[in-house]
Amino acid sequence: MLLEVKNLHAGIEGKEILKGLNLQVNRGEVHAIMGPNGSGKSTLSKVLAGHPSYEVISGEVLFEDKNLLELEPDERAREGIFMAFQYPVEVPGVSNSQFLRLVYNQKAVHHGREELDPLEFNDYLKEKAKIVEMDPQFFKRSVNEGFSGGEKKRNEILQMAVLEPKLAVLDETDSGLDIDALRIVAEGVNKLRSDDNAIILVTHYQRLLNFIVPDVVHVLANGRIVKEGGKELALELEEKGYDWVKGAAR
Amino acid sequence: MDTTFTEQFRELIKGEKSGVLRELRERAFAAFTATGFPTPKLEDWKYTNTAQLANSGFQILDLKSFDIGDDEELLARFGTQRNGFTALNLAFADIKVIRIARETSLDEPIDLSIAAGEGTAIFPHFLVVAEAGSKATIVETYDSAAGSFTDTAIQIVVEDNARLEHYRVQRDSPEAFHYGVTEVSVGPGSSYDSTNIELGGRLSRHDIEVKFTAEGGEAWVDGLYMLNGSQHHDTHSIIDHTVPNCTSHQTYKGVLNDKSRGVFNGKVFVRENAHGTDAQQSNKNLLLSSDARVDTKPQLEIFNDDVKCSHGATVGQLEDEELFYLLTRGLPEALARNLLTYGFAEEIINKIGIDGIKFDLDQAVLNRLSVAIDR
Repeated sequence: MLLEVKNLHAGIEGKEILKGLNLQVNRGEVHAIMGPNGSGKSTLSKVLAGHPSYEVISGEVLFEDKNLLELEPDERAREGIFMAFQYPVEVPGVSNSQFLRLVYNQKAVHHGREELDPLEFNDYLKEKAKIVEMDPQFFKRSVNEGFSGGEKKRNEILQMAVLEPKLAVLDETDSGLDIDALRIVAEGVNKLRSDDNAIILVTHYQRLLNFIVPDVVHVLANGRIVKEGGKELALELEEKGYDWVKGAAR
Repeated sequence: MDTTFTEQFRELIKGEKSGVLRELRERAFAAFTATGFPTPKLEDWKYTNTAQLANSGFQILDLKSFDIGDDEELLARFGTQRNGFTALNLAFADIKVIRIARETSLDEPIDLSIAAGEGTAIFPHFLVVAEAGSKATIVETYDSAAGSFTDTAIQIVVEDNARLEHYRVQRDSPEAFHYGVTEVSVGPGSSYDSTNIELGGRLSRHDIEVKFTAEGGEAWVDGLYMLNGSQHHDTHSIIDHTVPNCTSHQTYKGVLNDKSRGVFNGKVFVRENAHGTDAQQSNKNLLLSSDARVDTKPQLEIFNDDVKCSHGATVGQLEDEELFYLLTRGLPEALARNLLTYGFAEEIINKIGIDGIKFDLDQAVLNRLSVAIDR
């Protein structure tokens, strides 16, 4: 098993948000975590990535059978966890290609692989950019600075492509995207899907799941998973609304 | 005030051949003797204590005479009375004149590279006249040694419709003393674009005063001070809108680490008849250590209603969310912090139009932060 979350209780500023969450993710699987606002979706993403403001009260998170919670956020990333942000941060003054080579080489060194020099990396990056149909012009621009919402999300997926994580958590990646941008982002993610990795899609809406078809859909309400099923569960949710599951959470 | 400067002045002034200059020097030295170096009792020197400098001795190698000719008027306008440093500068001034001829456009930047040797004091004084319709770039660079004292001045006149870019890069030893003053007058329809980088010096101060003398002038007065260890830097800036319809832009950034101390004091004056003024000013500081400190005081003094002005100052740490973003990409925390700091400083470095200088400064900033990224 790649990721196992056992009876996780976590929150922020003394407020418990996740109230006994269980989740099991295997390699090669795509999981969708759906839920209404305030159900704890975002908290789950942040806890997996190791955000310092979020506090784990109890429970366990195992990543490749190791205790994930004792690792710092950067260690988690180098071990193969990637989070695509809902609101990617702008890093002025640092170009995309500088940044991507830096993060690529950090991870390469961690795993005892050779670093890529700028020329080698440029070739590598060009190939990866095709996955999200990104113009090499973007390599020279500062990370996310002045990017449109769609460009930022594509840039997140480009980072995912470069880092080749074992587990990618896509936090509300569909929010704020028009249909063309959504298609490009989703196709990018589909190209990155493999038997060796797993993807968790955290989303409020079913729309994304038309493009990235999940193996398992989990419905989160009031800090717990209240319903699980196949891809058809997402459609049912779309039809019936979240009120349908909210009752189960109480 | 009987200092090592007095003895050396008495000796060196004997060699001054120009009567006009001798008188200017004598007067300037008398002004220095009367006041000495400024002390924190003066409002403009509240945060900058020169005692360490005043108690050190420096050797002055020579006094170079100069054929003053037509430049007497410009030299006489120099703010000798500004403080003890400017007075001392004129007393010992090593004067050079740079005249950019009418309607000429220089392809290559004018390179003014200055370095004082260990234990010495130097007093460069540049007179720069960008004549009507000319276009040029000046690069003023300081690389003085430990235990030296650089007391420098540059007077600049940008005449009608001329364009002047000016880079001042202070990279003295962190054990050097440095005082510099920049006095600029911006003429009709002309533009003056300056970038001031302060990286060196144990105790350094830069005074810059930009005055619009006719309508339609535009000026950029930007800078970056990046300090660590126990460095102290103080920038005092004055932008003076004395005439209508001029535009000024000011962005100063500070990065302060360890026990360093920064001071930014930026005055923008909009005088009574200066309608149509557009003046923007900002000073942003990043404190990388709890022992670092900055005192910032942006001041707008407006005496006309028909103006567009804004100013602001911030002092802060790196944003937690930005840091977290970089951590989630696998960058160790120290590297992530340094990369964000580099990004903060880059806004100023990036505007540098000359690749060679930009590259050098970029590298200087990166080295200071121990970041290795591709250029």
